[in-house]
Amino acid sequence: MSEKELGKKWDRCLADGAIKLGTGLGLGIVFSVLFFKRHTWPISFGSGTGLGMAYANCQNDLRSFYLLHRSDKEQ
Amino acid sequence: MLRACLRGANATARKNCGRTPLTNLQHCRHYTAGESSGGGGAAKVVAAGLLTVGGGIGGTVLYAKWDHKFRAAVENNVPYSDWLLGLALGPASQDNGLPVKKQVETAQPPSMMDKPVKASKAKSEKKAKEAAESPIPTQSIEEASAEASHIISAMGEVQSVPAPCDTEGKAAKEEECKECHGHEATPATAVVHPDTESPALTEPLKERPVEEVTARLAQQDQEEQDTLASVSASLEDSLASSAKATLQAIGAQEAALQAIARHTHKLKEAMEAEVPPEEKSAQWKELEATIAERTSAVTDAETALLKANEALNSLKSVIDQSKGLKVSAVRPLVLAAEENLHNMVVDLDKVVTKVQSAESEAKVVSQYSELVNEAKQQFQREVTSLTPEIHANWKSLTGKLSADDLNALIAHAHRRIDQLNRELAEQRVREQIHIEASLEQQRLEDQKALEKAVSTALQHYKEDARLEQERKLSELREVMEAEMRTQLRRQAAAHQDHVQDVLKVQEQELRADAEQVLSSKLLEQETRYRQLSQEQLDNFTLDVNTAYARLKGVEEAIDSHVVAEEEARKAHLLWLSVEALNYTLKTADAEVPTVPLEGAAQAVRDSCRDNDFAMALASALPEESLQRGVYSEASLRARFNSLRSLARRVALIDETHNSLYQYFLSYLQAALLFEDKQEAPPSQLSSEDLDPFRLLAYASYCLEHGDLELAAKLMNQLRGEARRVAEDWLTEARLTLETKQVVSLLSAYANAVGLGTTQAP
Repeated sequence: MSEKELGKKWDRCLADGAIKLGTGLGLGIVFSVLFFKRHTWPISFGSGTGLGMAYANCQNDLRSFYLLHRSDKEQ
Repeated sequence: MLRACLRGANATARKNCGRTPLTNLQHCRHYTAGESSGGGGAAKVVAAGLLTVGGGIGGTVLYAKWDHKFRAAVENNVPYSDWLLGLALGPASQDNGLPVKKQVETAQPPSMMDKPVKASKAKSEKKAKEAAESPIPTQSIEEASAEASHIISAMGEVQSVPAPCDTEGKAAKEEECKECHGHEATPATAVVHPDTESPALTEPLKERPVEEVTARLAQQDQEEQDTLASVSASLEDSLASSAKATLQAIGAQEAALQAIARHTHKLKEAMEAEVPPEEKSAQWKELEATIAERTSAVTDAETALLKANEALNSLKSVIDQSKGLKVSAVRPLVLAAEENLHNMVVDLDKVVTKVQSAESEAKVVSQYSELVNEAKQQFQREVTSLTPEIHANWKSLTGKLSADDLNALIAHAHRRIDQLNRELAEQRVREQIHIEASLEQQRLEDQKALEKAVSTALQHYKEDARLEQERKLSELREVMEAEMRTQLRRQAAAHQDHVQDVLKVQEQELRADAEQVLSSKLLEQETRYRQLSQEQLDNFTLDVNTAYARLKGVEEAIDSHVVAEEEARKAHLLWLSVEALNYTLKTADAEVPTVPLEGAAQAVRDSCRDNDFAMALASALPEESLQRGVYSEASLRARFNSLRSLARRVALIDETHNSLYQYFLSYLQAALLFEDKQEAPPSQLSSEDLDPFRLLAYASYCLEHGDLELAAKLMNQLRGEARRVAEDWLTEARLTLETKQVVSLLSAYANAVGLGTTQAP
């Protein structure tokens, strides 16, 4: 069902976003705790990175259809 | 024309001159002169040119009239010259070469004809035949005698000889001529009577049948024989009578002659012999008897002569009559009769002359005897006067006489002698006169006798000559007849040979004809028979064929019935299977596709094995529908609703606009934009209508109204992400539509077939 795909993509996006955000946050926290003396910027940095990565992934996923992949080119 | 030009030129010149009469006379003159000279010059040039042209044409025409080759050359080279020359001279004589040939050609056959004609003519001139030359006879040789008559008349004609002779050359034609002349040998009887043939010759073209000719010839023969017999009989009669009479006359004449001779002899005896008186008287009696005899004999002879003459005259008349009959066979008889007549006449004349000479002699002798008697009597008287006792018979008196008597006797004798001498002298004196007179008399008599003799002799000779001529003529005629007969026999033989040949050839021809006719008839009969038998066969075959055909027809009808029923059954099966298929389509629930159509499709396929159309249709069912089944319209409709909102949400997303921000915007648009739930789609989409929201409204409307197809079409116009999310729905819709289409076609077809195969009652 092609109409369900978008929903699936959104699900993936959200899931991915959540994961990345959490992971980023976690890592940020970790790094902030560990390496950066409990500054908040690694946390925001991490979460931001996580969020950003999630955003990019989501966008890429949503766009994936319209992009030509190198494999297609090579074909 | 030249003059007209000249006149025109002068007139114009004068007009020009006339326009300015007073002024410029010199100019006028000049003008006129100039113009006239100019005009005259032009006219002269024109005239000269025309003259040259006319002269050239006239010269050409004249020369063409004289020389035909030139004319031909001109006609060939110059167009329309033939028309002109024809107009001027009349049509060209183009048959210069042909008359020579024609003459040569026409000369040849006549030359060929002339030679044999000449040859035949020469031949005809050579042979002196009595046949007349008449025109060309017919070519049929049917009867020999008719042919003979024809060929007699065809003396001069050569080419149309009817026999199948060679016609190769002159020699052959001469042969023909010979044969032709040979053919002139008619039967001897026909030619022997040329006068009877003359009526036949005068009509040569008319054929007479054999019987008529032979009858006529027999009749002629008969007539001839009759006349001959009559003539010969008459001639014989007259000859016999005349011969008898002549003989009688001759006998009588002979008798008369003898009587005269006897009488003369007797007289002589009586005179000379000195017989005693008794004997003398006896003698004189005998003499008288003989005289009487003589006279009677002479009269008898005369009467007999008269009779003989009469008979001879009658014979002559008969001969003349028979001569007048003009029958040639009589001629020898006539000739013989004439000869006999002549001989008789001659004999008669001879005898008559003999008698006459005897008579004359007798006269002489009688005269002499009379004289002697007279003298004797004188002497006797003298002697008796002297010596009365002594008788006249003084020869026997030698013993009886005395000397005186003797002297007296001697004196008497002397006196007698003197007297006689004196008489003698007198006689001698008158001798000349007497001699002359007697000579004269004798001459006259002689002349008369001569004339008579000459005339009779002439007559006799004439008669002789005529008879000789006649005899010669008859001989010649006989000879000629014989010759003619031989020639005719030869001709007849040749003719017979020819006729035999011709008959043979004819026989062959006729046989060939008859055989041909026979064979043709046989062939005809055979072909007829064959035809009939063939016809019978054909008829039989035809009947059999018709029966067979009918049988076949019946069988075919039955088969077609069977076939039709089979077809009907199949159609029914198909229809049933299609109905089943149709029914399976209805088994779709919401969200659940139908049962896979494979089974029903298989059933349909099975039921339409030999129906290409149905097979094609059955195999046109999409695989998905077969394997998986199709969604119903209702499910699609339901699905569409969810699809619609999604499509609304991603309306802005396409290839270029597909970032998350766009997505956000698109969601925003969808939230804020309101359109009709359902909008009737226009009949034609414009570019405005390609907006996704509008399309979705149209599609929704269509769906609500059951038009899945149009909805699908409209959804097909979506572009970008909306299109992508609607892709599956479109596919499903397409599948459903396809399947429905195929099924509807199949059902329609099955219905149609079913209707078609339903037999009308």
